[in-house]
Amino acid sequence: MSAAGPSQGARPLPLEGGREVRAAASVGEVVADRPEPATMLTMLKQEAKARDFLVCDANEAAAWAVALARVDMVAVYPITPQSSLVEYLAKLVATGKLDAEIVDAEGEHSVLSVLQGAALAGARTYTATCGPGLAFMFEPYLRQPGLRLPMVMSIVTRDTLTPQSVWGGHQDAMSVREVGWIQMYCETVQEVLDTILIAYRVAEHRDVMLPVNVCHDGNYLSFGVTRVDLPAQDDVDAFLGKPNINWHAALDPARPMAVDPLTGGAGGPGPRTFVKYRKGHCAGMQNALSVITEAHADWARRTGRSHAPLVERYRTDDADIALVTIGSMTGAGKDAVDEARDRGVRVGLVKVKTYRPFPVQAVVEALAGVKAVGVVDRSVSFGWNCGPLYQDVAGALGHAGMQMPSMSFIGGLAGADLTTRHFGAVIERVAHMAASGQSGATVWLNEND
Amino acid sequence: MKRQSYPIFDASGVPDDLCPIENRPNPMLPGEWRSMKPVVDRAKCVKCAVCWLYCPVQCVVERRAWFDIDYATCKGCGICATECPHRAIAMVEEAA
Amino acid sequence: MHEIRIHGRGGQGAVLAGSILATAFVAEGMHVVAVPSFGFERRGAPVASFLRVDAKPIRQMTNIYQPDCILCIDPTVSRAVNIFDGVTDDAVLVQTTAKPLADLVLPAQVATVGLCDAVALALSIFKRPITNTIMLGAFARTTGLVSLDSLRVGLERSDFRDAGLKQNLAALAAGFEQTTVHRIERRAAA
Repeated sequence: MSAAGPSQGARPLPLEGGREVRAAASVGEVVADRPEPATMLTMLKQEAKARDFLVCDANEAAAWAVALARVDMVAVYPITPQSSLVEYLAKLVATGKLDAEIVDAEGEHSVLSVLQGAALAGARTYTATCGPGLAFMFEPYLRQPGLRLPMVMSIVTRDTLTPQSVWGGHQDAMSVREVGWIQMYCETVQEVLDTILIAYRVAEHRDVMLPVNVCHDGNYLSFGVTRVDLPAQDDVDAFLGKPNINWHAALDPARPMAVDPLTGGAGGPGPRTFVKYRKGHCAGMQNALSVITEAHADWARRTGRSHAPLVERYRTDDADIALVTIGSMTGAGKDAVDEARDRGVRVGLVKVKTYRPFPVQAVVEALAGVKAVGVVDRSVSFGWNCGPLYQDVAGALGHAGMQMPSMSFIGGLAGADLTTRHFGAVIERVAHMAASGQSGATVWLNEND
Repeated sequence: MKRQSYPIFDASGVPDDLCPIENRPNPMLPGEWRSMKPVVDRAKCVKCAVCWLYCPVQCVVERRAWFDIDYATCKGCGICATECPHRAIAMVEEAA
Repeated sequence: MHEIRIHGRGGQGAVLAGSILATAFVAEGMHVVAVPSFGFERRGAPVASFLRVDAKPIRQMTNIYQPDCILCIDPTVSRAVNIFDGVTDDAVLVQTTAKPLADLVLPAQVATVGLCDAVALALSIFKRPITNTIMLGAFARTTGLVSLDSLRVGLERSDFRDAGLKQNLAALAAGFEQTTVHRIERRAAA
């Protein structure tokens, strides 16, 4: 493998079996390689360990990523639509493909507490949850970033609790966006596997030291079966290195210390000490923007698979209007953008991958040339009667002094579908809004479905 | 503070705005805010070790012929005096 | 691009059929996304799973509303749900039934029909009416979109082992052989 970056253009990476994979020359480029059917058939017939791809859903792909990351301990509790993920983890442990301690805790509060103890003892850890499970985990979830303990947790995003719903949405992950975890949202099943591995590298980086949520949509990604390429274990080992978890805070009887003593208050050194830690946390979040970018670039060099690290810009260069999306809805969004372009509408799409920290500068740059923007959310912010991503985008544009009409679209709640038809309606509305020059009222996309 | 059994965590390489930690022993000793202190009658003590077992802060110290109290860390809770089967411990007011 | 909808009842393996078919398509170098419709399905309740297949990458992760192929692995579920909802013109139906073509009620859009008495075959192979793998053979025979060899690879990569795998491989072949394909010319020309 050479050290050439993706920007140097396509060059083939030889793999086992002689199949060549062309490295993506640019972000978002579709690498439509079609190897000969006979070769694919032959490879599929090989033993598991010689294969370099699977046909599976995001839950199974996530479990394989955990195995490749050589995680030391997983703690699990099932919750729809994550349940099959933890079942795959148990299966990988049982078949020896994941060499980890697996703790079947009695509930998600214990799941994360157990992993915090393990992390303070130096373990690389993982769990997955969503919805009510995330809610039950909230107390240790608050503690994890404050202790600057690296870990990766998948959120198989689900709408929250009431009205009673078991289907996908983003409400659960969005509800905890202020806790201080890094949050990245995946568009495809392949991206879920790749991002979990990238997330360990980001979490354990000395300038970051923060836990990471890798979010993938319940139902559409969690049960969406497609082909997933597996990276070589050697490449992952070189990419991640040894765990770097508890050099700064440890539960180790041989080197005693106090972890998280009482801090703050109005007297003595309290106020300035507390501020110091909060600012340190914010600094870690800001550092994460460049660490995430660099980690994605290194991943692309090693595997040939390039994902946009902060935001992805799709046909925005000459766009008059733009959509902003997050998660798997983006696929249908891109198809709708292509259809609209064929009709002469100059629309582009900006996908947010890293949601926390919010990539303010990247979003502002991506929207710099457009006259109006529509933001599509899969969740609700009750404070403004709009979507939470909309608030972040509007805030970023406002802070940058960029005036443009904007509006929020809320759709895909509780498993509802966001199709190319819905996106077509979004594009039409945003085009109208651009013509009128006034920001529009929030639109609920599945209102009449 | 007496003997430190293990070397304290070395935080010199750790940024001070990362995780809230503490590796300096607190200069305050629990014994400093005691109002009543236990006094052991050596003649009555039979070394049954009940006081040693019950002490919540492990400040009972074994001597050759009796059990003594480490007044640096004793908080004066009085559990040892209550539990001693031979009534060998008395709670006495601290001198002003 | 083809959009295939698989209909069945809970407990018959309609979702598993979708993932075996997905593996088979991947074996042929095609891009595939298979998504089950999800809910609390009990045995016997109607279930559907969706499969998109294309020679180029598929970006949209959504349900299927205008299928061009219906694979129905249960003989009576069409009474409970409209299995032809949204079907496109010149569509293909692969149906398990003991009835002849003339006895079936089909919409005008359906122009190609593959019929297989999968329940009878299943009872003889498995002693139970589990039709999913037989109907995958029927699908291959009717549509020609995937080869029997690729479907065999799909089965081998599933969790079936030993005797179960052998039975299912036999079922696949039986479904392929014992399917009659009808082309309804009048409709195809419309």
